[in-house]
Amino acid sequence: MMAEQGGSAWAIPVTLLAAIVLTLMPLPDWAVAWRPAWTVMVLIYWCMAVPDRVGIGAAWVIGLVLDALEGSLLGQHAAGFAIIAYLTVTNHRRLRAFSWFQQSLCVGLLVATNALLKSWVQGIMGLTPNYAIHWLPVISTMVFWPWLYLVLRDMRRKHGIV
Amino acid sequence: MAEKTLFRRGPLLRLRLGLLLLTSLGLMIVDHQREQLENVRGALSLVVYPLQYVVNLPQEIVRGVRKTLVTQTSLIAENRRLRRQNLMLKTRSQRFAALEAENMRLRELLESSLEVSERVLVADVIALELVSPSRTAVLDKGSQQGVYQGQPIIDGDGIMGQIIHVNPISSTALLITDISHALPVQINRSGVRAIASGSGSADGLELAHVPLNADVKRGDLIVSSGLDGRFPAGYPVGVVTVISVDPGEPFAKVMAVASAKVEQAREVLLLWPDRRQSPDHPSSRESIAFQ
Repeated sequence: MMAEQGGSAWAIPVTLLAAIVLTLMPLPDWAVAWRPAWTVMVLIYWCMAVPDRVGIGAAWVIGLVLDALEGSLLGQHAAGFAIIAYLTVTNHRRLRAFSWFQQSLCVGLLVATNALLKSWVQGIMGLTPNYAIHWLPVISTMVFWPWLYLVLRDMRRKHGIV
Repeated sequence: MAEKTLFRRGPLLRLRLGLLLLTSLGLMIVDHQREQLENVRGALSLVVYPLQYVVNLPQEIVRGVRKTLVTQTSLIAENRRLRRQNLMLKTRSQRFAALEAENMRLRELLESSLEVSERVLVADVIALELVSPSRTAVLDKGSQQGVYQGQPIIDGDGIMGQIIHVNPISSTALLITDISHALPVQINRSGVRAIASGSGSADGLELAHVPLNADVKRGDLIVSSGLDGRFPAGYPVGVVTVISVDPGEPFAKVMAVASAKVEQAREVLLLWPDRRQSPDHPSSRESIAFQ
């Protein structure tokens, strides 16, 4: 049945797991704030490329896993990821047609949406949001997106995931 | 076909999104009250434990390689240094035993008892979450080893933090540098009491509500006062670094640096403060009241 749908899709969970690992990987102090939103990027890619397989449900579960891993408020990442997945899935055709530059801008916008949500939640919880840690990743994500896109596209084509 | 799919999925997708968002909102609200979701968090953390392990793997490998590549000469040097240190500590602990006995005797004379022996367990730090301003650490010991919520953790140099979530095989600790953490302390030299709260930075602490004329000097050792009934008294917390007195302000601004290697420690000690106090004793009632 998997073959009918177009190749084995093990690459999807594997890349998502790798993204989570990269998100949590310890980094030197100066680099922490610049860490790109790996999980969000990989999620956006799969939502864009195969919206029938990776949708808001999967995004929500991944967000919940990340919440458990990061010790953040349960549901915080989950809500943000579901919104990102919704926006990506509904616009996947448009996103696919964009040039890499336009795509980067859109991905940056999606990550910024997530960052806004995170700082709202932190603000409501009574914590002073740290602006650098929320907003610098938007820039690094936009820089990394075209390269990640190429890598993931090659992977998708090689494994014939449609 | 694709057009049809999109048309068919539109409202359904929005409904699903709404449901998911409502669920997350509910989760967040319930989680904010902490206690209720401990089971869910425990189960989830059990699921993601392997992931945490994988995240930590490269670091472990680098450390392992470094350990295997240590030269014999450096091992000998380290061995000699450790021997010397051990001798020094042994000498000191001999004196300590005598002092403790004397202290106990004096306290018995004064009819006040002291928490003497404490059970400890060494735990490994398997992950640090240092996204400012929150600072937490994940430890590899959980409820199976008897870890409980609110348990103090220390390292070789001082108090590090306390446990906030307990899962079956791991637990999460809030570090003293976290912006939401505070503990009652005392200046070791002068006995001035204060509250040390985290500053959200790497090893900074702030002492709140220190009177302008309080006897606090730069370089003073800050120890836990034990008034919270949670942290045992007398453990080093930090060293005073900056005191800024502004006559216009009601309190002096006192900054300190944590004694414990809060963000570098790989192994920490979990403490089970043993309360050997008779229940009818006034001091134990006091500590309960402070809890």
